[in-house]
Amino acid sequence: MKKLLILSSAIILSLSAFRSSDGDKIPSATVKKLDGSTTNSNTFSNNGKPIIISFWATWCKPCKKELDAINEEYAELVKETGVKLIAISIDDARSSGKVVTDVKVKGWTYEVYIDENQDFKRAMNVNNVPHTFLVDGEGKIVWSHNSYAEGDEEKLFEHVRKLAKGEKIAGH
Amino acid sequence: MSVKSITRFLIISSAALFCNTANSQILNELGSVHGNFQIDAAYYQKDTIIDADPGSELFRYNAFGNINYSKGGFSAGVRFESYNPPLLGYLPGYKGSGVPYRFARYQHKDIDITVGNFYEQFGSGITLRAYENRGLLYDNALDGMRVIFTPKNGITIKGLVGKQRTYFSLSPGVVRGIDAEVNIMDLFDSILGKSKTKVIIGGSFVSKYQEDQNPTLVLPQNVATGAGRITIIRGGFNFNAEYANKANDPSYQNKYSYQQGHAVIASASYGTDGFSAMLSGKMLDNMSFRSDRDAQNTIAMINYQPDFSKFHTYSLMAYYPYATQPNGEVGGTGEIQYKVKKGTWLGGKYGMDITLNASAYFATDTIGIAPINDTLRNFKYSTNYSNLGEEYYHDFNIEITKKLNKKLKLTVMYANQFLNQSIVQFNTPDKEEHPDIKSHIGVIDLTWRYKTGSAIRFEAQGFFADYDYKEHAIDANGNKNITSNTGSWASALIEWTPNTHWSITVADQYNYNNPVISKRVHYYFGMIGYTNGPTRVSVSYGRQRQGIFCAGGVCRFVPSSSGLNISISSSF
Repeated sequence: MKKLLILSSAIILSLSAFRSSDGDKIPSATVKKLDGSTTNSNTFSNNGKPIIISFWATWCKPCKKELDAINEEYAELVKETGVKLIAISIDDARSSGKVVTDVKVKGWTYEVYIDENQDFKRAMNVNNVPHTFLVDGEGKIVWSHNSYAEGDEEKLFEHVRKLAKGEKIAGH
Repeated sequence: MSVKSITRFLIISSAALFCNTANSQILNELGSVHGNFQIDAAYYQKDTIIDADPGSELFRYNAFGNINYSKGGFSAGVRFESYNPPLLGYLPGYKGSGVPYRFARYQHKDIDITVGNFYEQFGSGITLRAYENRGLLYDNALDGMRVIFTPKNGITIKGLVGKQRTYFSLSPGVVRGIDAEVNIMDLFDSILGKSKTKVIIGGSFVSKYQEDQNPTLVLPQNVATGAGRITIIRGGFNFNAEYANKANDPSYQNKYSYQQGHAVIASASYGTDGFSAMLSGKMLDNMSFRSDRDAQNTIAMINYQPDFSKFHTYSLMAYYPYATQPNGEVGGTGEIQYKVKKGTWLGGKYGMDITLNASAYFATDTIGIAPINDTLRNFKYSTNYSNLGEEYYHDFNIEITKKLNKKLKLTVMYANQFLNQSIVQFNTPDKEEHPDIKSHIGVIDLTWRYKTGSAIRFEAQGFFADYDYKEHAIDANGNKNITSNTGSWASALIEWTPNTHWSITVADQYNYNNPVISKRVHYYFGMIGYTNGPTRVSVSYGRQRQGIFCAGGVCRFVPSSSGLNISISSSF
């Protein structure tokens, strides 16, 4: 138990220390578009409007629930705030072939990329999916959330609306 | 955990604390520091009813923390890992602490250079895949150098050299690889104009060197593998194919056969709004490729032999999972997804989703002695590609999801599965000890969103083993020598999320007709989870049944356990 305490306190210490560095730009990593071409994540942009970046996988039930729930309101939200959702699939070689069929059948209109060897996932320090980030109009990551519970999307919409108005998001 | 590693960690932490005191303007100029960590700890109990015996080390944990620094095109990072000892079911070789992962990377325009540790994949991974899955403790990172060169939009050339991670050290073989990929349409956009059809071709060559120290065999020290691939995409249509060949590579895995290896992998899919179809097929023959010819489990695997079978998330559906057979197999998976439109008789007010999925995998039909039966080191065999060998696995399943009204959503699922577990999981032809598992599995999953942000989920599952118990009669003590067929199971789960931060789960799995009567017991389980932004904490208590977990084409056995588990993860 002592070992664990030392380890966790070291980690928590570093965690609290790094908090202030929130607000960084999207890091650089190579991701694959559904048409097979590659692009760098640091080129993600939305003309000064907010971006939602959502990490998901075809085998992840909560991820798909979240993206479906967002999809129900997405058209309206885009109209209202100009937001863009970028869905990053972390499916590996086993299931990456299913990404395109899942996206098509669900009728998602998101911008979808495959992060097949998880370069971008590592660059964004994602532990588990679903993990959702919010990027403000200046391209800075201002909020993130791990896991999905029914109703989480309401909070996300609230934050997106605030960002679109140029307001700050308080805490997590 | 050694004093040295703690000190190392504290130095990094205090460096971070120092950065924090600087104002954010300076911080931006200095670049940014981010990371994540996860700790999974368990305090095990001895539980004689389910044969859970943690030995003398009752407290075990798996922990890691990444710290990455980046500024412009430069990034560098380290990962500290600690397992003293690892949780039950993970490879005991990981016991220890250290910094097995550190890298520096520079990306500028057309060049991308990494020194230290890196992960990489060529094509489908059949020639090379250095990969990590922290949850499964699968990590074959390369330690060396990689260069990615993009001379022109549409052309990518990768070159690398390094040794693979083995626990907290490196495997003995050196891996060298080169990969080139050309996106023909991107390349000739200016000449041909924007084409609707995308064609991407690629090729890779990977070679390993490992000294021959075997006293009886003359082993090849350099072993090469090469592959060619093509991808064609047009509208909703996708086609992928890859062919690979491997030179003779005697190893522990293939019982020191001098046979060459071959692989053909192909998949096609079509998707449109509300409908999709996909078909994947493969033929693999002796394609296991490791940077240590004596390695086992998930250690020192250079390549990845893809597995297309459905990745099940319901526990009883995944009770007997499949993994690619490293010595050879033939088979395929198909899937059709259909969305019944809203306002139709079947679809109702909200529509309905139907997924049909089928997989079947067989042994290759080998003439001569197949490696699995080869006790004499009869080094060569031939493969009859026009025929199938014995069945390894099948899984036919259907899943239907329907929103019943604004508050209720229902998923029902049925599967018929077959697993040749003597070969697939135990690598032995002994069917008496490890009989084939035939099963029918059913799942009902109902989510009730009783108000915004609050929900209750009910889940019921049944695993019905289709098995003749009379044939394997039980002796007077209720003990029959069937170690790997636990009969039928029923399970129920309730998950309550009162708000978006908290979740409470209670579950029970009941092994109601285990052939051994004294093992017909309940596996109860309770968990409380808390999420806030990127941080997640969970505490659980209960019994965990034995099971098979598969990663990277290799399955490992996780024994029964009982006790308290704590998990903390976050990123910053």
